[in-house]
Amino acid sequence: MKILVCISQVPDTSTKIVLKDNDTAVNTQGTTWIINPYDEWYALIRALELKESGAASDVHLITVGKADTEPVIRKALALGGDQAVRIDADSNDPYQTATYIADYAKSNGYDLVLCGKESIDYNNGTVGVMLAELLDADYIGFATNIQVEGTTATVKREIEGGEETDVVNFPVVISCQKGVAEARIPNMRGIMAARTRPLNVVTPTVVPAVTELLSYEMPPAKAGVKMVSADNMDELVELLHAEAKVI
Amino acid sequence: MSVLVLVEHTDGNIKKKSFEAVQYAAEIAQKTGSTATALVLGTIADSELENLGTYGVKKVLHVTDARLNELHARAYATALIAAAQKEDSKIIIALHDINGKAVAPRVAVKLKAGMIAGALSYPDLAKGFVIKKAVFSGKAFAFVNITSDVKVITLMANSFPLKQGEGKAAVEKLDVTFGEKDFGIKVKEVNKVTGEVSLADAELVVSGGRGMKGPENWGLIEDLAKELGAATACSRPVADAGWRPHHEHVGQTGGTVRPNLYIAVGISGAIQHLAGVNGSKVIVVINKDPEAPFFKAANYGVLGDAMEILPRLTEAVKKFKQHK
Repeated sequence: MKILVCISQVPDTSTKIVLKDNDTAVNTQGTTWIINPYDEWYALIRALELKESGAASDVHLITVGKADTEPVIRKALALGGDQAVRIDADSNDPYQTATYIADYAKSNGYDLVLCGKESIDYNNGTVGVMLAELLDADYIGFATNIQVEGTTATVKREIEGGEETDVVNFPVVISCQKGVAEARIPNMRGIMAARTRPLNVVTPTVVPAVTELLSYEMPPAKAGVKMVSADNMDELVELLHAEAKVI
Repeated sequence: MSVLVLVEHTDGNIKKKSFEAVQYAAEIAQKTGSTATALVLGTIADSELENLGTYGVKKVLHVTDARLNELHARAYATALIAAAQKEDSKIIIALHDINGKAVAPRVAVKLKAGMIAGALSYPDLAKGFVIKKAVFSGKAFAFVNITSDVKVITLMANSFPLKQGEGKAAVEKLDVTFGEKDFGIKVKEVNKVTGEVSLADAELVVSGGRGMKGPENWGLIEDLAKELGAATACSRPVADAGWRPHHEHVGQTGGTVRPNLYIAVGISGAIQHLAGVNGSKVIVVINKDPEAPFFKAANYGVLGDAMEILPRLTEAVKKFKQHK
């Protein structure tokens, strides 16, 4: 069984967003880049577990980005994975990104494609589903447990108002969240090994974007906190009712 | 030309957030000089469907296949495409929830449409088709333009207040031919949580952090939540310590909430946590540390010991409800 893990590079969770160029771009000077937490903690680690248990033969990693994303994909390789591919494109359009990954995946015959439930930068959560559609594969979102047997996966996933367990045939794209695996820390052996694992660069057949990000805006500053005495919760309730109108 | 909106229901009862989506679709139809049509899947009474007219749709297409009572995303997408073809829809709207997120991107690919995930505004037509959405988990907003002819939008729930009007929608059955792959995923077991308020859709949320000292004190959070009819949530350290289930974790690597009221108890307000909650309309912070950064993001603050304040607040809410 061959697994492809989609890796996205995102700013570290502690990053304070600062805009530049008339709010048309984010100032990334000094930004620490990390592997998207959902991709790393759950999708990648589960893939590695499946390889360690003998269920998977190959674990390949893929990212779409320019050369400056290589340190992050190397970081992913330090956790594990046989090889990585970087699609050499600067895409901010989910359809474009999904198409590039699909084009590569089609020619390499993966049984299982794992990704995080969303990336914490643009919060779309669309690339995995688009990828499934492009591969004519099933998609299971928000997985919390993935077991594999033969050519099927049994997946526990979050649904509206609860959870369900599904059985699905390969090939399938699964988006992962908490529960799928436990985060790991790369060890020195992995970091050394990552240097020698192949990282291939592929030039994509360009498809046009169907969306464009025009500008950004920061959330409005809060007007300031109104303090209420700990002895007067009646006043707080009254404020929430009469002033804030939320209860 | 029309605007098509996918409507969700639970056992035949249309969800409030779907009324929001219908109203949103009707408003866009008006702005673009067309009409809005709703698509409803599975078992549901005609009276419920006609009622969608009060939120501005003239017509409801109903696919009655009972297999659609459960989420089968490929089948949902097939139905949406069939409805879009029938209605000549150029704008397709779903909710930015677990169902919509699984369906809308498929429809977008099939129709070669650009998609906005998690819309917070109506499209600005003067600038093209520009919609506001949250990015960096709520630390900022982005304005994204769809450049393709067909447009797909998932709407963030609780973004627009509901205004019910008059009207009765015409209900029409829609026959859809499904393929084998549309039901390729076999559902083995379903566990629906009943009675609890779902966190993602909650209008009121009571959330606890490390300041609650231990899971044994969560009764105080639950009492307040129950009195308010609120959902309960927690910060990441609390979920990591196993005090509360993981699905309650709110923050940049957990869930995002957008309630009308978020009450944060014993949570310091790290940037990752604020990212998950700053879409809340009103924030109340209860903390014994006057330096807690959360106070800066709050509308109302109470300084003091949560163990003493929570029972008082619960009592005050109870009193308020009795006199209302």
